Amino acid sequence: MEGLEKRYGEVQALAGVSFRVRAGEVFGLLGPNGAGKSTTVKVLTTLTTPDGGRAEVAGHDVVREPDAVRRSIGYVPQSSGVDRDATGRENLMLQGRVQGMGGRRLRDRVDRLLELLGIADAADRVVRGYSGGMKRRLDVGLGLVHGPQVLFLDEPTTGLDPEARTAMWEELAVLAREELLTILLTTHYLEEADALTNRLAIVSQGRVVVEGTAEELKGGLQGEAVIVELSDGQVDEAAEVVRSLAEVREVSADGRQLRSRVADGARAVPTILSALDSRGIAVESVTMHRPSLDDVYLHYTGRDFRAEDEAGGLDE
Amino acid sequence: MKAVVHTWFMVGRQARNLMREPIWIVLLLVQPMIWLLLYGQLFKRVTHLPGGGFGTTSYIEFLAPAIVIMNAFFGATWSGMAMVSDLDRDVIPRFLATPVSRVSLVVSQIVRSALTALIQGIIILLVALLLGVRVHAGAAGWAVVLIAAMLMNSAFAGISQGLALLTRKEATMIAIANFIGLPLFFLSSTLISLRQMPHWMQELSRYNPVNWGVVSAREVVLPGTAWSSVGVHLGLLCALTVATAAFATWTFRVYQRQL
Repeated sequence: MEGLEKRYGEVQALAGVSFRVRAGEVFGLLGPNGAGKSTTVKVLTTLTTPDGGRAEVAGHDVVREPDAVRRSIGYVPQSSGVDRDATGRENLMLQGRVQGMGGRRLRDRVDRLLELLGIADAADRVVRGYSGGMKRRLDVGLGLVHGPQVLFLDEPTTGLDPEARTAMWEELAVLAREELLTILLTTHYLEEADALTNRLAIVSQGRVVVEGTAEELKGGLQGEAVIVELSDGQVDEAAEVVRSLAEVREVSADGRQLRSRVADGARAVPTILSALDSRGIAVESVTMHRPSLDDVYLHYTGRDFRAEDEAGGLDE
Repeated sequence: MKAVVHTWFMVGRQARNLMREPIWIVLLLVQPMIWLLLYGQLFKRVTHLPGGGFGTTSYIEFLAPAIVIMNAFFGATWSGMAMVSDLDRDVIPRFLATPVSRVSLVVSQIVRSALTALIQGIIILLVALLLGVRVHAGAAGWAVVLIAAMLMNSAFAGISQGLALLTRKEATMIAIANFIGLPLFFLSSTLISLRQMPHWMQELSRYNPVNWGVVSAREVVLPGTAWSSVGVHLGLLCALTVATAAFATWTFRVYQRQL
């Protein structure tokens, strides 16, 4: 997809999103709430039409050949789209029928999926009684009934507890292999992008900020992150002090926390501490770690991921 | 063709879900009888009022076909609720990412609603039969009453679906259903003959689709059917149904544009 644009009234949801996903890979769109991830997925799944730019999915243009796109994709919406008053099996059968399947082929496929997703025992129960994790797995099953080439997962684990989330990650990895799928998933969990995707793009304010494997992105940030927790709120002054040091590359402040990136943590920490001490700024704790996707996000957007996520509020 | 097949799938889905609600089935069967028995007793003597205009001395005979229509009408004003719940739960967006016929998503709701009206219509006519009501136009008469009920229902189900797609709120739907339901009901000759109404109400009722349905159903039940009147009123209902179905599909496009 190239230069995708979409506006809703005054809000520019997409301001020229471009990226390319290779067949067979798991690609992540990572960004805070309101960054434009869901809107991107809505364009690619033909739910909405872009105001500018063009996009192809499985070789078909989303605007000119929407039905061809719809036959080659599966879509798992952010909030569960299952029919709660129907059974799991009925949901899957109907989904298969509108995708043009029928008869024995469809029945076998549904049985296999129920088995694969681990909900075979609950297949003939009404979905209303399913747990959150089961419902989510059925959602994934609905996207897979017709054996699509590309599966879109919009926030696949939002609302699941950590245990169900890890289980879901494992299942998705298995499915991607077994079904020879190309998966595009959106997430605002950095851990999820890290655990699940081959490559990812960071989306911020309707644009792709950077694209690559998680390792590449983290590797692009040489050195380590040093996080200083201050005892009291002189955070602006402290940021000023740390920024002036030669060893330090990037500094950002969040509450009483000061995040900075340095080439060599072991050497920089004493310098940082003595500089703060000389100004009479008391330090509560210091931690040091290898760059995480948090740091990648901060580096490429200049904004703190969590703060942005909360501020994003109004999601697509 | 795809639209027809997919509509059938979607009606099947709704029917299966409803069949799982025992309370719904009981209400579906019992409610129409309650109207018939309650109103039938309450207004029993009105056929003897000076001025008449009832065309029969049996009030239950006058009332039964109108209750079929009234029931179809009130059922229709609620038909959009199922759409609101599908929209709320993202069932519709999930289908939109498949090659499903777009029209079938809306039309199936209207068809489901009309089929409910058909089943209830048959029950009311059977109960009326037990109470001694005869459909004077015979088999053709039965067909007319049931067709009128289905058209009546479809016409207003189209409006209800459209409102559901535009407002997407149950509270708003309930308010609107109440706002239009009762006035249209009382501005028709459902309970009492036109001749007993004030002049201005008689005039207004001519433009009231509920009254079109009541007139056509009553014509075939009471002796001396005026078939031209039946034809005209059914034609009007047909036209209205087409118009409101078009309105509902238009609102579906409005909804899609907001996604």
